[in-house]
Amino acid sequence: MIRTIRMTVNGAPHEIEAEPWETLLEILRRRLELTGTKLGCDQQVCGACTVLMNGLPVSSCSVLGVDAAESEILTIEGLAAGGELHPIQKAFIEHGAFQCAYCTAGLILAVKALLDQMPAADEEQTRHFLAGNLCRCGCHLEILRAVRSLSGQPPQPEEA
Amino acid sequence: MSKVSASGQTIGQSVPRVESEEKVTGRLKYLDDLRLSGVLHAKILRSPVPHARIRQIDAREAEKLPGVAAVLTRDDIVGNPAYDSHYGPIYKDQTIVASDKVRYVGDPVAAVAATRPEIAEEALDRIEVEYDELPWVLDAEEALAETAPVLHDKVEMRREGFADVGGIRPKDGTNLCNHFHLSMGDVEKGFRESDRVFENVFTSPSAQHSSLEPHAAVASFDGPGRLTVWDTVQNPFVIRDLLAEIFHLPLSKVRVISLNLGGGYGSKLYPKLEPLAAALALKAKRPVAITLTREEVFQTLTKHAARIYLKTGVKNDGRILARQCRIYLDTGAYAEIGPRVSKKSAFTAAGPYDIPNVEVDSYLSYTNKVPAGAFRGFGVSQSNWAHESEMDIIARALGIDPLELRRRNLLQEGSAAITGERLQGLALNECLDEVAAAVEWGKRAEPKNPSLARGKGVACLIKTTVTPSVSSALIRLNEDGSATLYVGTADIGQGSDTVLAQIASEELRIPLEQIHVAHSDTDYAPYDLSTSSSRSTFHMGRAVQLAADDIRKQLACLAAPLLGVSAEEVVFENQEVRPPDGSAPGLSYKALFMNIYGIKGINLFGKGLFKTSTKHKDGEPLTSSFWSIGAAAAEVEVDRETGQVRVVRYATAADVGKALNPLFCRQQLRGGAITGIGLALMEQLVYQDGLLINPNFLDYNLPRFLDIPEEIIPILIEKPHAEGPFGAKGLGETALIPAPPAIANAIEDAVGVRITDLPITPERVFLAIQRKREEQSAQAHLTKS
Repeated sequence: MIRTIRMTVNGAPHEIEAEPWETLLEILRRRLELTGTKLGCDQQVCGACTVLMNGLPVSSCSVLGVDAAESEILTIEGLAAGGELHPIQKAFIEHGAFQCAYCTAGLILAVKALLDQMPAADEEQTRHFLAGNLCRCGCHLEILRAVRSLSGQPPQPEEA
Repeated sequence: MSKVSASGQTIGQSVPRVESEEKVTGRLKYLDDLRLSGVLHAKILRSPVPHARIRQIDAREAEKLPGVAAVLTRDDIVGNPAYDSHYGPIYKDQTIVASDKVRYVGDPVAAVAATRPEIAEEALDRIEVEYDELPWVLDAEEALAETAPVLHDKVEMRREGFADVGGIRPKDGTNLCNHFHLSMGDVEKGFRESDRVFENVFTSPSAQHSSLEPHAAVASFDGPGRLTVWDTVQNPFVIRDLLAEIFHLPLSKVRVISLNLGGGYGSKLYPKLEPLAAALALKAKRPVAITLTREEVFQTLTKHAARIYLKTGVKNDGRILARQCRIYLDTGAYAEIGPRVSKKSAFTAAGPYDIPNVEVDSYLSYTNKVPAGAFRGFGVSQSNWAHESEMDIIARALGIDPLELRRRNLLQEGSAAITGERLQGLALNECLDEVAAAVEWGKRAEPKNPSLARGKGVACLIKTTVTPSVSSALIRLNEDGSATLYVGTADIGQGSDTVLAQIASEELRIPLEQIHVAHSDTDYAPYDLSTSSSRSTFHMGRAVQLAADDIRKQLACLAAPLLGVSAEEVVFENQEVRPPDGSAPGLSYKALFMNIYGIKGINLFGKGLFKTSTKHKDGEPLTSSFWSIGAAAAEVEVDRETGQVRVVRYATAADVGKALNPLFCRQQLRGGAITGIGLALMEQLVYQDGLLINPNFLDYNLPRFLDIPEEIIPILIEKPHAEGPFGAKGLGETALIPAPPAIANAIEDAVGVRITDLPITPERVFLAIQRKREEQSAQAHLTKS
């Protein structure tokens, strides 16, 4: 029972033929070959598959493709417009906010949603907002540093 | 080797990962992001019961399903001359799918390869299996009772195992998988001469690594007798060796490729899916891919649960005279690398202390649980939990400051170790002093809310690295003067590609951007034991240095006559060779090749082999090519009314020898500490009726942003190691190990209760506080009457 699903992904309109049970994540990874979005837990609790749907963060592993019809999706591939890294991507590199980086795409998009909503988010707001994103390498404090550099909060002392 | 003075261009600099841009844009490919054309997708049928004999398997209906290319059951593997039915890194106690019994819930029973994963999944439902259930055992100590159900009747040793695990033996007809014994002096005499003797039992549960990237493998028989496996693996050469054994192939006919991994932490060492994927590929005559679900990852490998009995005899001044350690480790249904874990756990079970009389017995048991194997810290976090907790129990009983008690007993330079050697290069005092200062040791902060209490605790550690071992590296100096490194080290996120490139850049005076690290492909890289045991920077870093030196020697010989100097005098700078006095202009590597050979297409190969030994040059025994040394201090806030513990301040120190990339060192320290905090406060696998009931991230709690202390202060101590590249040592595991005892010690400092079982849940703390209150009121009642 293949359906045709229309959605805008990273600014480009798509008409996707997909089964009704396919998740947004499966559509992105398998049908559109956008593999930057990762599967971690498959139950909406690790944040690795976070994408922005109409500007809001969702776990693409737990959103059906048919429910994403007619929406605007932003994945990590769509963030660096025109080849120039997004300021969040630059800050993640500058502050060492990843190691293995399997969680990074989801975290960068979650941070984007946070700063879109709260451009001057403080540390507590940031921690609450990112509580759904796991990072097993343990780069939480470096990620918080990266966010702080973008939210106008007083920076922490530089580390060599 | 010829010397190049450190220029400070990249060594000691916090350069970002070479693959940074790929990582933040999602362009970096992990294994499951790739698709091989014509690949089949495999799914595994797993045992629903903890222990049973398989009476019958009927897979005929599964084979009939359109789209199914191959079904693998014991009928395919038992007696099949194409491969060995049994395998394992130390004992051959595993089979590709169950042959006679299943030994834990999740044990692979059959597998299906189909054109689509959904078809493979559906086919699993059509396989009929009849089980004769057997009694099961889930506790390491109970498993050793004579009445316990036995998992393996007989266990065969692997013929060519690892150099460091000689002497290890299972006891047939029992669940004793390994017993390792060490002793020094006379503990009974030591206890007799002690003023006080302390006896305690400490437990830690099994836990899961929780790499966000699940295990995956793609296997393909793609040439004459030739097997290629793309793998999420930390030790591709060990997988190559084992696959060659299983499938009766020469090493040249097995290729294992590891891409960048989405985390490892020990979970991606030793065979997991590879033999199964290869057996399916052989049967289907097509490539086969398997990616595990999260639940299956939890059913694949865990951390050893441990129960440790400690007995310590001390003088009233705090000097430890004797310590006896009895360690019970639960290795689950298969030995995996458990025997090495139990040995490593034993080496340092008495702690980093100078104790004249020590006895250690480390028992490893089979149980009907998910196999346990390597987990960041490798058995040492379990034994450290015990001895560092007991140090504080002793300190409180004797009225000595816990930091001071440690200082009075710490190993000193030249101290005799239970392993028979005199220890060198121990920055224990420095690590302890620094972490204590970082949390303002001795100063008590009063919380505003009266239901809250604050306290501080410290812990320190010593750990071995696998010895002896081999790492080798190959460098190709390309025609244009750029360089390609061929190494077996897997970049699992730690940043090995970058650090190894930094070393080559420094040694060859080639800009970092012109160096590429071609990693972990067994077809091209020379042998490396593994990416584990905190060993890569030290061992592979050294191998890269030696390979670079080989290149420099070749360059010097070529350049000397042109420059009119001797080979020894040639100086390397800015990708050029030049005479030491500036008497002739520098000659780029590229120009040198053209000058000498007059034709494009010349490149040089440099090779480096670094092998460690179990003997010092003077013949003295050597257990570890370097010792991981570190300490941690925690300040906690405990809510007396709820038992909730919050880590408010945390400092962690490690002797890194030399911080080649300080940013990466800090990441290792903070990241290790955060996993350690998770293990301390929340992580545990829970079994009910033989079933693991929390195999997912919803029910298995991991540290999240709200659980992380405001700051984790990483402290890098740099005591150069004579053999390490630029003096560097490993530090991947150091910071995880002392976190649980440092936190437990801080909790006792705050609210006066001692928790001896991990994890330290609010419930445990709350109940301990309740018990203490009841004891105190009973005491007060007694005093009154």
